[in-house]
Amino acid sequence: MDDIRILEPEGLDALIAALHERGYRVVGPTVRGDAIVTGDIYAASDLPQGVGDTQQAGAYRLRRRDDDAYFGFADPAQSTKPVFFPAEEVVWRGRRDEGHFTVERDAPKDQAVALLGVRSCDLRAVQIHDAVLADRPFHDAHYVARRDGTFTVAVACGEPATTCFCASMGTGPRPAATNEQTGEPAYDLLLTEVMAPEHRFVLEVGTERGREVADAFDTTRAGQEAQQEAIAVSDAAAARQTRGINTDTIHDVLRASAESPRWDDVASRCLACTNCTLVCPTCFCTTIQDTSDLAGDNAERHRVWDSCFSESFSYIHGGPLRGDVKARYRQWITHKLSSWQDQFGMLGCVGCGRCIAWCPVGIDITEEAAALGRMATAAGAAS
Amino acid sequence: MVEHAHEHPQPHDAGHDAPVAVDTRPKLAVWKFASCDGCQLSILNCEDELLQIAENIHIAYFPEATRAIVEGPYELSLVEGSITTPEDVRRIHEIRAQSGTLVTIGACATAGGIQALRNWADVDEFRSIVYAHPEYLSTLDRSTPIASHVDVDYELRGCPVDKTQLVEVLAAFLNGRKPRIPTYSVCVECKLKGNVCVPVATGTPCLGPVTQAGCGALCPSYGRGCYGCFGPQDSANTDAMTRQLTELGMTGADIVRVYRTFNAGAPEFAAASDALEAAAAASAGGGEPS
Repeated sequence: MDDIRILEPEGLDALIAALHERGYRVVGPTVRGDAIVTGDIYAASDLPQGVGDTQQAGAYRLRRRDDDAYFGFADPAQSTKPVFFPAEEVVWRGRRDEGHFTVERDAPKDQAVALLGVRSCDLRAVQIHDAVLADRPFHDAHYVARRDGTFTVAVACGEPATTCFCASMGTGPRPAATNEQTGEPAYDLLLTEVMAPEHRFVLEVGTERGREVADAFDTTRAGQEAQQEAIAVSDAAAARQTRGINTDTIHDVLRASAESPRWDDVASRCLACTNCTLVCPTCFCTTIQDTSDLAGDNAERHRVWDSCFSESFSYIHGGPLRGDVKARYRQWITHKLSSWQDQFGMLGCVGCGRCIAWCPVGIDITEEAAALGRMATAAGAAS
Repeated sequence: MVEHAHEHPQPHDAGHDAPVAVDTRPKLAVWKFASCDGCQLSILNCEDELLQIAENIHIAYFPEATRAIVEGPYELSLVEGSITTPEDVRRIHEIRAQSGTLVTIGACATAGGIQALRNWADVDEFRSIVYAHPEYLSTLDRSTPIASHVDVDYELRGCPVDKTQLVEVLAAFLNGRKPRIPTYSVCVECKLKGNVCVPVATGTPCLGPVTQAGCGALCPSYGRGCYGCFGPQDSANTDAMTRQLTELGMTGADIVRVYRTFNAGAPEFAAASDALEAAAAASAGGGEPS
C-alpha cells in the first residue's frame, strides 16, 4: 500500500482521539514509577515524551533525553502480552445451590484494543501468540476474544538498547509489512519518528482501515523519499545493535547440546526466579489453580502465568521432571531457539532483549547461545 | 446450628442427619509457642471473613481471642511459634496427639523465627548477662521449627502469615482440597501484579528471587526490596543471590543479617549466611568470625 504521509508531533493527540472515537481502548508506552510500561493512553501527554531508557544485562534505568521524542526508548518493561493474555484470569465459576450446581464462564469481551507505539519485536510476538493460541485447531477462546478487532499503530524503533538483538532475529527494528505466517498486513499504520532536521513522524498506511483512521486527522502527503527517510532511521538502529544470535545454526546447536557442560555453568548463576519467562513477550505457559470459599458453595478455576523455571511447573506424580535448575534453563532456551521451530515453524524469540535486561543477575541468552555454539563446534572437531 | 453445616463434604461430617442442636463444625484450636502473636492476630484481622470462618469452623481453643475453652480433640490445629524450652517440647507432642490436621503458621513455627538467632550465640552467656537469676530460666540453646519435633501436615510461611493465604488454607481444609499456596519466588507475584523489578530498575537489593511467594509481593509493590520474610523458595540459589547482593553494594556482614532476619533457621538461608561467615573468616586469615 503506497500511502505515505507526514504527521506533525502536535497531531498525535488527534490520532489518539480518532482511535477513541472509533471505540478503541488505546494501549501504549507510558512512564510509571521507575520504568516505561504498557498502559492506557488517553492523550499524547501520557506517552514517555523526552524519556529514554538505558538497558544492559541486569540493569534498566530511565534517563532524560535532550530532545522531545515520544518514542525515544527501546522497549517497555513488559510487552503488550498482558493485554491479550492476562497474568491471571477466571476460566469459570461454579456455584452450589440447593442440591444443584451452576457453572458460569467468564466472557472476556473487552473493548477492542488499539496498540499505539508497539515495537516491531513486540508486534512479531503478537503474531507468534496468534499462531500458537488462535490459529491452531484448539483456540484459546479468551485470547481470541481479546484480540478480535485489534487496531495496530506500530512505531519503527530508532533507539535500540544494548540488550536488543532484533536485527539478528529478522524481527526488526522496522516491522515487516505482512505477517509471514498468514500473509496478512502486520499493522494498520506505521509511524517512524524522525528527529532531524525537524521533529515529525513518517506515517505509512498498511490497511484500508488504517487509511480511514489516517484520513480523520491532519497529515501531509509525502512520497518515497519520506519512506526512505524512515527506513534510514531503522537501518541506523539495526546498525547500532551489538548483540545477536546466529539463527542459521542455533537450532542444530541446541539439538547437539543436550549434555553440554554449559548447563552447569549457567545453573550456578541462575536464580530460578522466573523473571526471564515472565517478561518474555512469547512465553505462554500457564497453570490452572482451583479455589473455593470457606463454605464450599462457590468455586473458581483460575488460569495463571507459569514458568518453566519453577519447580512445580514440571511436577507430576512422584516429583518434578526438571528437579534441577540446569534442566530448566536447558528447557527454556532449547524451546525458544530450537524446538519452537519444530513445533510451530518459527523461532520463539523476537530479540527484544527483556530476558537479558530484567534478569537480576544479567544472564544473556545471546551469550549462552554463542557459548553453546562454540562448545558444540569444539566437541564436533574433537570427535 | 448454622444452615449449611449439613452440607460439609469432609470426613468430619458426623452430624449429617443429627438433630439441629448438634454442632457438626470441625473444631479449631490455635496454639502459641515462642512468637510475637502476630500470626494469631492475622486470624483476627480477617475481618471480612471472620463471620464466615466462625460459621464453618468451631473456634474451640484460641486464648488470643477468647477465654472460653472447648475440650479437644481438635480436627484442625494452627500452631504459631517456635520450640525454645523443654516445656515447649512436651506441649507440642500433646498438641499433636489431640489434633487431626496440624498446620504451622508463620516464620517462627516453620523456621524458628527471629529467635533462631540464638542458634549462632552462646545461650549461657547471654542468659547470665540478661537475667539476675539465670538459674530460674529453663531454656533450650536452639530455637527450632515445629516440624523438627512432630509431624506437620502443612506449613504456612511469612512474618506474619498472609491473611488471604490463611483463609485459603482454612477453605482448602474444610473442602478437602489442596491449598492454592505456591512455592515459587516472589518475582512471580511481582510480574503477575505488573510490578517493575525493583533491583533491576533501581539497584535496590532484593531477596525476592530466593524468597517464596505468598505476600502478594508486598514490599516490592512499594518500591522496596524483599526482606525474605516468607523464607526460601523451592529452588533458592543463594550463592547467586549473595553474589548479586554484593554487586549491588551490600557488605558480607549486611548480607548475613538479611539471611538471618525472619528465617535465620531455614536451612537454605542458614547455609548461605554460614558460607559468608566462613569466607570472611578465611579471608581474615583463619580467625573466628565476629
